[in-house]
Amino acid sequence: MTLMQNAITAAPLLSVQGLTKRYGARIGCMGVGFDLYPGEVLGIVGESGSGKSTLLSCLAGHQRPDEGRILFDGADVLAFSEAERRRLLRGDWAYVHQNPRDGLRMGVSAGGNVGERLMAVGARNYAAIRETATDWLGRVEIAADRIDDRPSAFSGGMQQRLQIARNLVTGPRLVFMDEPTGGLDVSVQARLLDLLRGLVRDLGLSVVIVTHDLAVVRLLADRLMVMKSGRVVECGLTDQVLDDPQHAYTQLLVSSVLQV
Amino acid sequence: MIEIRNLSKSFTLHNQGGVAIPVMAGAHLRVAGGECVGLVGRSGAGKSTLMRMVYGNYLAEAGSIRIGEVDVVTAEPRQILALRRAVLGHVSQFLRVVPRVPTLEVVAEPLLRLGTPAPEARARAAELLARLNIPERLWRLSPTTFSGGEQQRVNIARGFAHDYPALLLDEPTASLDAQNREVVLRLIEEAKARGAAILGIFHDEGARDRVCDRLVDVTGFTPGLAA
Repeated sequence: MTLMQNAITAAPLLSVQGLTKRYGARIGCMGVGFDLYPGEVLGIVGESGSGKSTLLSCLAGHQRPDEGRILFDGADVLAFSEAERRRLLRGDWAYVHQNPRDGLRMGVSAGGNVGERLMAVGARNYAAIRETATDWLGRVEIAADRIDDRPSAFSGGMQQRLQIARNLVTGPRLVFMDEPTGGLDVSVQARLLDLLRGLVRDLGLSVVIVTHDLAVVRLLADRLMVMKSGRVVECGLTDQVLDDPQHAYTQLLVSSVLQV
Repeated sequence: MIEIRNLSKSFTLHNQGGVAIPVMAGAHLRVAGGECVGLVGRSGAGKSTLMRMVYGNYLAEAGSIRIGEVDVVTAEPRQILALRRAVLGHVSQFLRVVPRVPTLEVVAEPLLRLGTPAPEARARAAELLARLNIPERLWRLSPTTFSGGEQQRVNIARGFAHDYPALLLDEPTASLDAQNREVVLRLIEEAKARGAAILGIFHDEGARDRVCDRLVDVTGFTPGLAA
């Protein structure tokens, strides 16, 4: 029962209110609000152009929203100075891109990719950095003897796992993921999902994950937000939204999935 | 432990002309600790719908479902998640897992999520898998390739890994042979003996007669079907 008490009394790690982004007359996202609690995984689904990627990039600080508030651990992120914002992006926050090439430095070794982020938060001891990098490569199931290879020599699945190691090595509390399993073979996807689930559970990560894949959110997300035309049309427990969708668009989305 | 009052639900199918189908009205029942209540009624009467509402994956329209101190009908998602982690277990008819995860981990996962140390969680998982006659050589494999009966037993082991104060069982003895059926019935009896409140659907009449203290006919809660 103590776990239940904790879960209910904890304050949100991320609190978003009235987030709006316009591109001229066009709406990117409109009036989005939610609370994300420590250890919670929030899935955001919707078709292309629904605003889910715009929302994620506003949340993660890649774009500045026109209106709204983003509170991280109670602090108003949009009021941060550039230095504070950079510190946040290197430390407490992480961002996993759909294409690992966008999140990795392709000309730098695997170990260097992981070590670089550690150095960005102040690590200087080479032996310690290499040891931590090796440990993280192991955690994402990359053999230690590949540490000096460049990511360009890796398969797509390995590159994605390396990107995850690079992101998690600094012990972030909040991770943004943009279609992390998109573009991978189904068997590779399953391995990555398994890995992500284990890491989320063991590290107590909070995650915002954008995807169009309902199977991925069913396995990974605690809660689900459904977006259409820049607005949130439905949100709730993941299995509730998928098993008993209330909004016409969600019903269409769920009923359009091919059964295997 | 489980108390349902004046519960109602209808489905609105927005993409099929917005037709609204009332599926439940005025449902009520109580399950005390140490008691097992069986839901009966013909197919389509709403047994599974009621179970899903109790677990929180179907939304209720009105009424209340109290489990301990939480009302599932009005609770926040994170309260329901916490409830499912610690208080309310569910053995469904289908095993839904991430492919590739070994059976032992699938069964240990509910304990790991509660913060049980991994060796302890795995020992409990191993004990349940052994009791349910899943050969040890299969524990390292993903259950996705197992037979229907094996998957059902893995699902049961997972559902009984943690001593939930409240349990929902959806046909727990379906597709099991006599020996494994007996193991499952004993697990249910043990859960009752430690004080768990159990709500279940049992098409297996022998099993129902043995573990259920009372039966509730959901036909009385089905609009248009009530006698």
